[in-house]
Amino acid sequence: MSAFIIRRLLQSVVVVALMSLLVFVGVNVVGDPVHMLVSPEAPQEEIERIIRNLGLDRPVHEQYLFFVKNALNGDLGRSFVFGEPALKLIIQRMPATFELAFAALLMAIVFGIPLGIYAGIYPDRVSSKLIMSGSILGFSLPTFWVGLMMIMVFAVMLGWLPSTGRGETVSLLGLKVSFLTIDGLRHILMPALNLALLKISLVIRLSRAGAREAMHLDYVKFARAKGLRESRVVMVHVMKNIMIPVVTVLGLEFGSLIAFSVVTETVFAWPGMGKLIIDALHNLDRPVIVAYLMIIVLVFVIINLMVDILYSILDPRVRIKDAGR
Amino acid sequence: MTAPGTDAPTLEVRGLATHFFTKAGVAKAVDGISFSVGKGEIMGLVGESGSGKSVTGFSIIGLVDPPGRVVGGEILFQGQNLANLDGEAMRQLRGNRIAMIFQDPMMTLNPVLRIDTQMVETIHAHDSSVPQQVALARARDALGEVGIPSPDERLRSYPHQFSGGMRQRVAIAIALLNKPDLIIADEPTTALDVTIQGQILYQAQKLCRETGTALIWITHDLAVIAGLADHISVMYGGRIVEQGPIADVLDRPMHPYTQGLLGSVPGHNRRGQKLFQIPGMAPSLLQMPEGCAFRPRCQIADDACLAEPLITEPVAGRHVRCYHPSDGGAGR
Repeated sequence: MSAFIIRRLLQSVVVVALMSLLVFVGVNVVGDPVHMLVSPEAPQEEIERIIRNLGLDRPVHEQYLFFVKNALNGDLGRSFVFGEPALKLIIQRMPATFELAFAALLMAIVFGIPLGIYAGIYPDRVSSKLIMSGSILGFSLPTFWVGLMMIMVFAVMLGWLPSTGRGETVSLLGLKVSFLTIDGLRHILMPALNLALLKISLVIRLSRAGAREAMHLDYVKFARAKGLRESRVVMVHVMKNIMIPVVTVLGLEFGSLIAFSVVTETVFAWPGMGKLIIDALHNLDRPVIVAYLMIIVLVFVIINLMVDILYSILDPRVRIKDAGR
Repeated sequence: MTAPGTDAPTLEVRGLATHFFTKAGVAKAVDGISFSVGKGEIMGLVGESGSGKSVTGFSIIGLVDPPGRVVGGEILFQGQNLANLDGEAMRQLRGNRIAMIFQDPMMTLNPVLRIDTQMVETIHAHDSSVPQQVALARARDALGEVGIPSPDERLRSYPHQFSGGMRQRVAIAIALLNKPDLIIADEPTTALDVTIQGQILYQAQKLCRETGTALIWITHDLAVIAGLADHISVMYGGRIVEQGPIADVLDRPMHPYTQGLLGSVPGHNRRGQKLFQIPGMAPSLLQMPEGCAFRPRCQIADDACLAEPLITEPVAGRHVRCYHPSDGGAGR
């Protein structure tokens, strides 16, 4: 097990290093941030002074090595626009995005798995067919449109829920969170559901397929032949086997929940990282873009690692194989 | 534990019919079969694939998958008609008084649950008041009984850490946990090595004799049945074509199908001779031939066979469904 984790950690380091190179080069060939920062009327000397200050006069590979050296010390550069460390800007907004993503993940599990299993066990019922049609809608409707519709119905027409912001926040372990106050919960409900819709549909489909397959397998029949109650057959024997693919996919999807919360955050004016990156892209604020992408890479790598570990807990066959290596 | 009427056989099946209502038509997988198994008796249920022998097992235990349904007949377990039981009462019986063992040991145990979980839940499903420690001890003893070495450690293993033979022993141990009165074994040794087969057969026989458990052993392998069972029922096309004490049926088969089955088993006294083969194929359950189901493949069929033959008893204790049963002369 530990050999397995060490091997995975080394792989992760290589991935992060490669990504830093790609991201840095990629961002540096796009546009000219100086034009965005300096007014067109500024004298030539002023422009050159700014270029020197930002370190943009040096060749790209030198800039990269400089960036790596600083990055290893935890410094991902200063925002061109705000003049503050890029990392700090991102970290400030991180809790909001993570909170949103976790809420969406929770919804995906709480709604997706039971609905999917139900549809898998009773595939011929009308309710199952409704669930499956709903999941197709969840897949195919664009997130931003659903978000706007939700705002229109629940915020504008019915006036039940607020449409923007995080609402009242409380400090929990030094982080500001919304979910501990009623007002915060009212604020997070719509954006989280909006972000979760696609994942709920995905989990429904996965759980249904898993349940349909498992219901006809011998071990489920044997569990029934042992005289187990149907609830135990489904909740333990079927569910534990379904959890393997669901956890794998949800783990990977959690990264994309964070990375692609951009749309939802923009629609609901949720003050998270997604909103920051959109602004940074507008201003060609390179350090913030690079720092954001690096953080996302790190998040993906860490999530993958955690999924692998969780996977081996769920599936004993994986565990044993790795111990033997 | 004991039957209401003590002389009632453990299981008596009368005219059982299980049909599958598919889009292509009604498949009469089991079509009016009768047999009985007494305390401590072993009955062999023999037939080709698709003859309805597994469906018979699932009908008794009440686990026929849709679109299949028991449409007729009576299943009397210790004198009680199982058709009258509701779902909960039937569940209480399953795995408790009637246990079942499946064909493929690689598939019957849940791969993600430990052996102890899968055993203890079987006990708790029928008596939730059993303390965990007591249940674990019973599970350990059951593993020991079926010949699994160091059962204490093995309890904490996962199914994939066992070989196929060991897994089947675990499945048998699970079936034995609640000391059932009837075990239905659906080809339990088919997927195993011959040596392992022998051990499991020996243990099954021993357990029945010692505990008085009735056993229905479903198989297509006559060699397995020969040394194990007391009685044999031969199924063909959803019906029983021949029934009787094992030695009599194997030595002097009356039905041409049984004769064909026995003739196609390689034997040491027929070395060098061409092996017999029953011509044709088992009929589709959706298109059963008119009259006797075996007629198209039968060498002695004539016009009489166009009408449905009934079960007769030409010799006491021997039942056969044929117009032209062989007189039971020894050998062929």
